[in-house]
Amino acid sequence: MSVATAMYRSRLRPTDVLRVGALGLRTRRLRTGLSTLGIAIGIAAMVAVLGLSASSREELQTRIRALGTNLLEVQAGQGFGRGNQTLPADAVKMVRRIGPVTAVSSIATVNATVRRNDAISTGINSGITVFAADDDLLTTLNASMADGEWLDGATSTYPAVVLGSVAAQKLGIVDVADELRVRIGDNWFAVIGILKPVAAAEGLDRGAIIGIDAAQTYVVKDDLAPERIYVRTQEGAIDDVRAVLPPTVNPETPEEVEATRPSDALAAEDAASTAFTSLFLGLGAVALLVGGIGIANVMVIAVIERRSEIGLRRALGATKAHIRRQFLTEAILLAGAGGVVGVALGAAVTAIYASTKNWAVVVPPIAIGGGVVAALAIGAIAGLYPAARAARLPPTEALRGN
Amino acid sequence: MTDVGTTGSGVSGLALQVIDVVKEYPGQPPVRALDSVSLEVHDGELAAIVGPSGSGKSTLLHIIGTLDRPTSGVVRVAGVDTSAMSDRQLSGVRSHLIGFVFQSFFLLEGMTAVDNVANGLLYRGTSVDERRDAAAEALRRVGLGQRLSHTPSQMSGGERQRVAIARAIVNRPSIVLADEPTGNLDSRSGGAVMELLRELHADGRTILIITHDRELAASLPRRISMRDGSIESVEYDVAGALR
Repeated sequence: MSVATAMYRSRLRPTDVLRVGALGLRTRRLRTGLSTLGIAIGIAAMVAVLGLSASSREELQTRIRALGTNLLEVQAGQGFGRGNQTLPADAVKMVRRIGPVTAVSSIATVNATVRRNDAISTGINSGITVFAADDDLLTTLNASMADGEWLDGATSTYPAVVLGSVAAQKLGIVDVADELRVRIGDNWFAVIGILKPVAAAEGLDRGAIIGIDAAQTYVVKDDLAPERIYVRTQEGAIDDVRAVLPPTVNPETPEEVEATRPSDALAAEDAASTAFTSLFLGLGAVALLVGGIGIANVMVIAVIERRSEIGLRRALGATKAHIRRQFLTEAILLAGAGGVVGVALGAAVTAIYASTKNWAVVVPPIAIGGGVVAALAIGAIAGLYPAARAARLPPTEALRGN
Repeated sequence: MTDVGTTGSGVSGLALQVIDVVKEYPGQPPVRALDSVSLEVHDGELAAIVGPSGSGKSTLLHIIGTLDRPTSGVVRVAGVDTSAMSDRQLSGVRSHLIGFVFQSFFLLEGMTAVDNVANGLLYRGTSVDERRDAAAEALRRVGLGQRLSHTPSQMSGGERQRVAIARAIVNRPSIVLADEPTGNLDSRSGGAVMELLRELHADGRTILIITHDRELAASLPRRISMRDGSIESVEYDVAGALR
């Protein structure tokens, strides 16, 4: 190479590559907006799906944590031809004897209506179920009080009631005031507490809970057999306890006793939701593919329209590589803008949906980073052919005819 | 960035040297657009290449401007032989040694006059601040100091062509190639553009104007007439040179 050719070299600074690449986007704003839409929608769909599934999984994990994986629920099998069966009366006492069991509690349904006052007919069912429970239920279920007190040794024998969160709302009771009473069956019961929502037994939210002694004395006026037993075990002993529960509860017919782990149902729900996630991710990928084709298409049109610009730049000293870089950069910026908009859109959709469900908003960083990187990669691939075509255009042809 | 060798004081004192250039386009039979053309333009000359359409003057312009390659023959710009150069090297020659003025201006919409002119230095790797400073200076030189931040759509045709001329001189080329610079202008704006080109020539710049307008060509110091791909005649006009 001679001295002269070394001296007369075309150069385009990297910052200027970005500058010329952004030019087409700045001067054709409407087209830029429309052509990024496909990528934006595709990325938004993927980010929203990942965000929503992460948020709902976080929600499930929160519920599983609240539940504890060491909780077991025992009830009589609800086989064909049998109604709600009860468990043997001494079941709780027997279960308490199992070594690794840390807490046991039973509940039974009481057939009675709950009313705000005695002027309301007994025929009107407020949708509130009356449960009879023993004193340990609160600790066994890891539940906590929103207001007032839980039943204790004394109040569980008196006409006193603790309301579930939904039940309290239905009765119009927000806190535990003095002399506040509700009518259960034919008796007045003093409201001594309101529960927070109970993760382990959502039925309790719509319940009015009274002591077993009180239920037998004032409402059913008979012995009450437990319907359901909640068992809290030591961590790690759960499977062993589960295995011995049926024969312990009902030594004569252990096959009629069902011992389940409530957290298993939530875990199954978690697994089921991932199936939908991959379906929607697939749909997002299709939208991205279409978006990428759209960008390639727009770029091919841009190259045809901007022939004279290409010719001018070659006349000003641009090399083929400079022209190729310009259009490649433009395609990447176009898709990248779509990616950024898509990520923002997907995160917004996640935030809005999750907040309507009172979930924690979780947008995985991998979805944010991956969304932008995927968009940039699509832009690079979509821009390859149009950029090569622009670079190949002979300057004389580009300058001929406008 | 230095301006070594770009002010036109090449070793030969020749801004441009064309020797036996032939340009054939493939076909049956091949079309010979240029037939053994030879031409020399000295530093500081103002010359016209004139001829009817199809005479080969546009092809010659493209070959002189290194936008196209001759089938055979030699083109030297400021003493630099471009015959064996790669596409990349030819781009380098254009960015340093040649300024173009086109009939239809080729300004980029959505860019101010300063940025359009600054593009004349874009492919030399000059920084954006230096480019804009040089562009503002060039615009003041062509009488558009008040139009620096106007966009092409806010300017008249005559003003646009002056912006294009500023872009062609901002890199201090050895030779300015103007292709029908007044072709899209009314006679008044065209006259002003020609006046500007004469002024630049008076400053010492080398300018080659391609035109089919014989009257315009007659007003220039040297006329190279083309017909059917060959140079038909070369006339010097001493009086024109003094005008």
